[in-house]
Amino acid sequence: MAPKTSPEVGGMGHSVKRKEDPRFIRGRGTYVDDVVLPGMLYLDIVRSPFAHAKIRKIDASKATAIPGVLAVITGETLAKYNLHWMPTLMSDTQMVLPVEKVMYQAQEVAAVLATSRYAAADGVAAVEVEYEPLPVVVDPHKALEPGAPVLRTDKKDKKDNHIWHWEWGNKAETDRAFTEAEVTVKQDIYIPRIHVASIETCGCVAHFDKVEDKLTVWMTTQAPHAIRTVFALVAGHVGLEEHKIRIISPDIGGGFGGKVPVYPGYVIAVAASVLTGKPVKWIEDRMENLQADSFARDYHITAELAARKDGTLTALRIKTLADHGYTDAAANPSKFPAGLFHVCTGSYDLKAAHVEVDGAYTNKPPGGIAYRCSFRVTEAVHTIERMTDLMAHQLGMDPAEFRMKNFVKPEQFPYKSALGWEYDSGDYGGALRKAMDMIGYADLRREQAEKRARGELMGIGISSFTEIVGAGPSKHFDILGLKMFDSCEIRVHPTGKAIARFGTKSQGQGHETTYAQILAEELGIPAKDIKVEEGDTDTAPYGLGTYASRSTPVAGAAAAVASRKILDKARKIAAHLLEAAPEDLVYEPGKFSVKGAPDRSKTIQDVAFAAYTNHPQGMEAGLEAVSYYDPPNLTYPFGSYICVVDVDKGTGEVKVRRFVAIDDCGNIINPMIVQGQVHGGLTMGFAPALYEEISYDEIGNVQGGSFIDYLLPTAVETPKWETGHTVTPSPHHPLGAKGVGESATVGAPAAIANAVVDALWHLGVRHVDIPITPPKIWRLLREKGVSE
Amino acid sequence: MLVKVAVNGEKHEAEVEPRLLLVHLIRENLRLTGTHIGCDTSHCGACTVLLDGRPVKSCTVFAVQAHGREITTVEGLEQDGKLHPLQEGFMAEHGLQCGYCTPGMLMTSVAFLKKNPKPTEDEIRRAISGNLCRCTGYVNIVKAIQHAAATLQGGG
Repeated sequence: MAPKTSPEVGGMGHSVKRKEDPRFIRGRGTYVDDVVLPGMLYLDIVRSPFAHAKIRKIDASKATAIPGVLAVITGETLAKYNLHWMPTLMSDTQMVLPVEKVMYQAQEVAAVLATSRYAAADGVAAVEVEYEPLPVVVDPHKALEPGAPVLRTDKKDKKDNHIWHWEWGNKAETDRAFTEAEVTVKQDIYIPRIHVASIETCGCVAHFDKVEDKLTVWMTTQAPHAIRTVFALVAGHVGLEEHKIRIISPDIGGGFGGKVPVYPGYVIAVAASVLTGKPVKWIEDRMENLQADSFARDYHITAELAARKDGTLTALRIKTLADHGYTDAAANPSKFPAGLFHVCTGSYDLKAAHVEVDGAYTNKPPGGIAYRCSFRVTEAVHTIERMTDLMAHQLGMDPAEFRMKNFVKPEQFPYKSALGWEYDSGDYGGALRKAMDMIGYADLRREQAEKRARGELMGIGISSFTEIVGAGPSKHFDILGLKMFDSCEIRVHPTGKAIARFGTKSQGQGHETTYAQILAEELGIPAKDIKVEEGDTDTAPYGLGTYASRSTPVAGAAAAVASRKILDKARKIAAHLLEAAPEDLVYEPGKFSVKGAPDRSKTIQDVAFAAYTNHPQGMEAGLEAVSYYDPPNLTYPFGSYICVVDVDKGTGEVKVRRFVAIDDCGNIINPMIVQGQVHGGLTMGFAPALYEEISYDEIGNVQGGSFIDYLLPTAVETPKWETGHTVTPSPHHPLGAKGVGESATVGAPAAIANAVVDALWHLGVRHVDIPITPPKIWRLLREKGVSE
Repeated sequence: MLVKVAVNGEKHEAEVEPRLLLVHLIRENLRLTGTHIGCDTSHCGACTVLLDGRPVKSCTVFAVQAHGREITTVEGLEQDGKLHPLQEGFMAEHGLQCGYCTPGMLMTSVAFLKKNPKPTEDEIRRAISGNLCRCTGYVNIVKAIQHAAATLQGGG
């Protein structure tokens, strides 16, 4: 679709260069560790070497004797203010600092406050803690066995490690479909614990100004407004009421979901600042980040899929055990403890489905946050795409043909899924066909047959995913009761330039650019004349923040709606200036003209000036608007990915030779940025498919707690992505857009896993859990009698 | 200990603890915050600076080791208001998103293009393999470096 605006205006469809870049390429960004205040103190944290242990004694005497160390803060210190525990976003409870026992390795035990970063670290090394180790529960299956040690002894009457049971869909109908099924497949799938590992870790600078009676916190948060409210709810009783709290989310070095939760370090830093009246900086190091911050995934899934012999899918049944660590600190909408996992029927027209999830406590760090995906959608997509592939292979059908047969068809939209979602729009066949054409699918299948005949292992994998993003309609979506709307406030200045503020917060997505383009599209004010600001709760309108690909679907929609409110007033002012009736004006971006007399016109800049200098009698001056947008539905981006792998029989190494990604995120705001989001998302899908996992040994020692053994792909391993798109606008979004930041992370792992299984199917391999590491494949090949 | 360094052509001296890391000297003593810290094991490369023209990970160098030497940080790339071709390349090709790894990527690339002015794609990928990026998938970083290489070849 050709852009409606000129390149000078830079509305939707233009690859406008990013407004953020000039400061970043000069090293002039302001990330939280760049914030330095006079008299600032440093906080560092003592962490537990044990996964489960009683704390007998904390001896801080040697630490406090170190020059520069001012204090050691323990759970006892915080307990005086009732701040040693805090609520999680899922209404569970989490320790800030422990009083009785620790529940995972690397848990915060005490905090050292010092005048320098180095003195604080010295203090941490000198704090002596006496522990009494307790039995450790690592495996969530064992955690639910009778007789397992009960971990949450803080919860009165808690007799087991079961957190919650949740189920969705029609069980009787689904069970009946399975009883009547002609073909069924069943598979255990483990989606391991992984970590977003943004290159900037988490941290804050907390500054409580005793004179002003105001707390300002610069922090790495994707949701500053919600954080302010949470702080007020937790600490209002000690005088931190909401009007006295200002959260500033400065430039953020990657978020991906890891900067949504409230970590104990933030709370301790705030408490330390309130107690001392001095600014306090806490910046975690990489090992603390990987070992103690929220993880993602950790779903033990058993899935069953039913079909007729002709290849028509009929039903899906899933049981899942969710390992939540010692507390349920997931960042899900309140009503959905398993997130949006029930989008697991995916892109297929399944008539019956039922899903059950049980949450379990273990001696691991808490979490269940996203890893660049909307609330458990990757888990859902990985399951249905693996199962669909398994069924296609089982029936001897080509996986592409099988998908085409079972896709929800374009004419079925809006489509009500068996699990109750209303998919807004889609053309799944169109995306898959485009991907097949681009990669040369038929030729690849021929090549694979020839190679197989020669004993070489080559696989082709498809993933045709449907996402569910843009949370969410207030009827169903809230976090701690806060409805998941988002906001935009626009002020057009007298000279026709504008400032727009949002409730979201970019972490690299380029909001300063894309939001300006939305305003340019609607108002005709050039994008370069529009300043976008987010992340300061004292100035920006309230919103729930940036995660789950919700910025474009929700705040982007707010930008369009606020712009249209501006235009309503602008039309009246233009009518006044042109001495015509408002309904007799024609609007094109940036200009009102009189119907039938196009030379009689006023630009948006003329109107803006008049709004402050010559506004009609009876109308308020100014040209401003705000929108708190409550989306009527979620959006459903989709795509089809095809991946070609070669498997080395000698080493078990999987090489991704080609990877074609066709995405459909509806109407595109900035094609350059969308493509960049897809490149990054693909790489964060590729990483857990082949490399990343955080596992634990039997006594709860974390494996994968540094970049030495948690393997992020470099430019050498990362495939040369081939991307393209189709455009199926969302019918309910004011701009027809859907959101794109996470699609590729959601869709990519299944394509890679399916390609590996495709390469090994003839050997009898039916499934491989991610990450598909060389040792895993090497052993599998040896089991199947394959050697070099 | 007294350490004297020239940073981006400007002379500085500071009294430091022997254990002070170069990255902290740069960021905290000299307040040049363009150089970032992303890990503690020398893997991520966010802290890359040039020491006598060679890229080093400044989290793994003591400040005292830089005594009497020249350091270039990202802040030193722009000369007389003119951006370095690599800075132009990163903007033109959308080679950055959150911007956190960018200064390190730039410094590694500056040294690399001096050594290898006409690199292949695979050579570029190998050259930046000590710098992790979580946002871009590297595709556009490679393009940005190619863009700069072309500019530098053209005498720009």
